[in-house]
Amino acid sequence: MTGKQIVVGISDLNTAYSPDELISYALGSCIGICLYDKFQKIAGLSHILLPDSSTYKAVDNMKFADTAIKELISRMIRLGCRKNNLTAKIAGGANMFSWSGETVGDKNIKSVEEQLRIHGIPLLAKDVGGDYGRTVSICAETGVVTVKALTRGVKTL
Amino acid sequence: MTNIDSFNEYQVDVLKEIGNIGSGNAATSLSIMLRGRISIDVPDVRIIDVDGISNLLGGPENQVAGVLVLMKGDIEGMLLFLLEKSAVSHLLKGLLNEDLKSLDSISEMGISALLEISNILSGSYINALSQLLNYSISLEAPRIAVDMVGAILNYPASVFGMMKDELMLIEESFYSGDKSFKSNLLIMPEPASLDRMFEKLGAL
Repeated sequence: MTGKQIVVGISDLNTAYSPDELISYALGSCIGICLYDKFQKIAGLSHILLPDSSTYKAVDNMKFADTAIKELISRMIRLGCRKNNLTAKIAGGANMFSWSGETVGDKNIKSVEEQLRIHGIPLLAKDVGGDYGRTVSICAETGVVTVKALTRGVKTL
Repeated sequence: MTNIDSFNEYQVDVLKEIGNIGSGNAATSLSIMLRGRISIDVPDVRIIDVDGISNLLGGPENQVAGVLVLMKGDIEGMLLFLLEKSAVSHLLKGLLNEDLKSLDSISEMGISALLEISNILSGSYINALSQLLNYSISLEAPRIAVDMVGAILNYPASVFGMMKDELMLIEESFYSGDKSFKSNLLIMPEPASLDRMFEKLGAL
């Protein structure tokens, strides 16, 4: 990698130009939403904690799937991306303590997929669910998303 | 409502005292289980955010054993023990005479032992709290996750999503002979329970 690596913390989001890379460490029930415009070679990564801002008095837009995706899209458009050219890959949404029933991870997955549908952004690949943590990164040069888990090695999306 | 990042000095002292009494109880329980004298330092009580905890425990991707215990009753919320490899290895050696190669390879017996010990340690802290407050608090069966510390911390963060992302951590060093190990315990009452607790203690 020739570019720099930009860390995106929990309830945060950011964008990067080629050849930089965006990375979110240790997602559990959180989801890393990677958006990409292959023509502009601009990547965006949003690290959401919760599915839906409407059940809270939202003080932090970047914490929730609905508000964070909207914010990330508008930032990428401001950088010159076209909404029609954006594609998505997502990772995370795990159930770390193996609870039964619908977990916050499940709700996050559902909400992220629904929001992407609402905005008309195709979901090209996903690595979600399970009971293990993941580190996710996206390379703005290629749009390749890398997902690393401790006992399952590395996969690319 | 009390924000956990805005504890006043008196509230922090109260929390430290609860930590102190709890750790004393915990050391006694551990001495019996590990069949040896266990001594402790004064625990270090910190108010810290999720990133701070990750960094303290070797970075967000560092592998730890996280044992989660839910509190019900007059105080609701959760306790989360975060044990690094050295602590797990010391406990399993003492309890089961098992040598731990890696956190990925804890035996089934080892997992049960960790759950049991977390149960007993949680009881030690919660008894201190319930005696001080004259409250009735019960603990649910513990659950364990062995994974990246950052991913484990997503659980309390998602449950307490709208609190300030700051948590109370009790760092405790246990000593037996020339060996020492550290437990990191997060005590996380729900905001309403925290208010009730401080109100009762006259610390609100």
